Amino acid sequence: MKGTLLACHECDLLHRARPLPEGGTARCTRCGALLYRSRRGSLDRSLALTLAGLILFAVANAFPLLSMRVEANVQEATLLSGVVQLWDQEAFGLSALVLATSILAPLAKLLLLAAVLLPLRLGRTPAYVAPAFRLALGLQPWAMMEVFMLGIMVAMVKLADTADILPGPALYAFALLILVLAGVSSALDPHAVWDRLETA
Amino acid sequence: MRAARQVTADAAGLVDCSACHLLVRRPAADAGHAFCPRCGAALRRRKPGSIARTWAFLATAVLLYAPAMALPIMETATLSGVRQDTIMSGVIYLMTSGMWPLAAIVFFASVVVPALKVVALTFLLVSVQRGSAWRRRDRTRLYRINEAVGRWSMVDIYVVTVLVALVRLRALALIEARPGAIFFAAVVVSTMFAAMSFDPRLIWDNQE
Repeated sequence: MKGTLLACHECDLLHRARPLPEGGTARCTRCGALLYRSRRGSLDRSLALTLAGLILFAVANAFPLLSMRVEANVQEATLLSGVVQLWDQEAFGLSALVLATSILAPLAKLLLLAAVLLPLRLGRTPAYVAPAFRLALGLQPWAMMEVFMLGIMVAMVKLADTADILPGPALYAFALLILVLAGVSSALDPHAVWDRLETA
Repeated sequence: MRAARQVTADAAGLVDCSACHLLVRRPAADAGHAFCPRCGAALRRRKPGSIARTWAFLATAVLLYAPAMALPIMETATLSGVRQDTIMSGVIYLMTSGMWPLAAIVFFASVVVPALKVVALTFLLVSVQRGSAWRRRDRTRLYRINEAVGRWSMVDIYVVTVLVALVRLRALALIEARPGAIFFAAVVVSTMFAAMSFDPRLIWDNQE
């Protein structure tokens, strides 16, 4: 990275990269946009978090997220319940959108990152790595799990008046998953990945 | 971080790859499309058709905003009757039930944010088309906030999803999604696409 020429992606100004202290950030001198961060051991950390994320994803989907109890009736819901219910109610567009943003996009992002980081860690660069990584980065704005989490919390409070809302095991996995996803975003250094591809 | 003598990539005849940020020498005008040698993405000097596309997405969002707010997003059937809720009536219901903070969150995220996004992007577009040099740094910051905040408007959609998934004790209560919800989701998605099509570098082009 040292001495490479970089263009600010928000104002196009050219900069020459310099080494940063641990945890430092480099910002554009003209508009303040984040250019790059110092992320040591980024490959290892991102890979570990990505794999942890995949496991948490499996748990979050395998168990009930929430259950609602009114008198003797209990209704359970998993992450997919809402999607399935919306589909049954013929709200097809809504169902597909929620499926895409809360399940497919995060899952695809994790799988693609694992498929990219794993071979890189083992010192290999198969041909699919570049397009896979581009796709993973492109999916970033469409993975909205943390917004979903806020939606769950609002719904829980809304219903708490009239029923008993009990969190299920998947809810904790889901909360952890969101933290892990945030960790992946902060640990991942795209420049390091692209540099590895270049030297291949 | 030293700026290389205040030169933009464009002025230096370089193109910044939108995917991997490699700087590549600009191909000759008649060479057709070039691709990044490192990652294979198509090389574009600026986001293609940025101004036109952003206007198109904004127009779509504005057109859809009315039905999104006017049509009910969900229907609640209980023993005491059936109620239809729009986004606004949902906020008011939360307020009258004493859940003030929730009402504020939903109101801000679902009603205020999409409208502010449209206003902000319209302002950015007009300022760029007039070649304005007014407070470029602040305008870039406005763009950044716009991009970061947009997705949170989706919270209402997820609230409806969870309610629909849980409240289906047929005899006692049933919640179903209504068309207003998909209109609203379309507004949020349109504003997201609008922010993604806008190229902030346009704010800095045309330095006289």
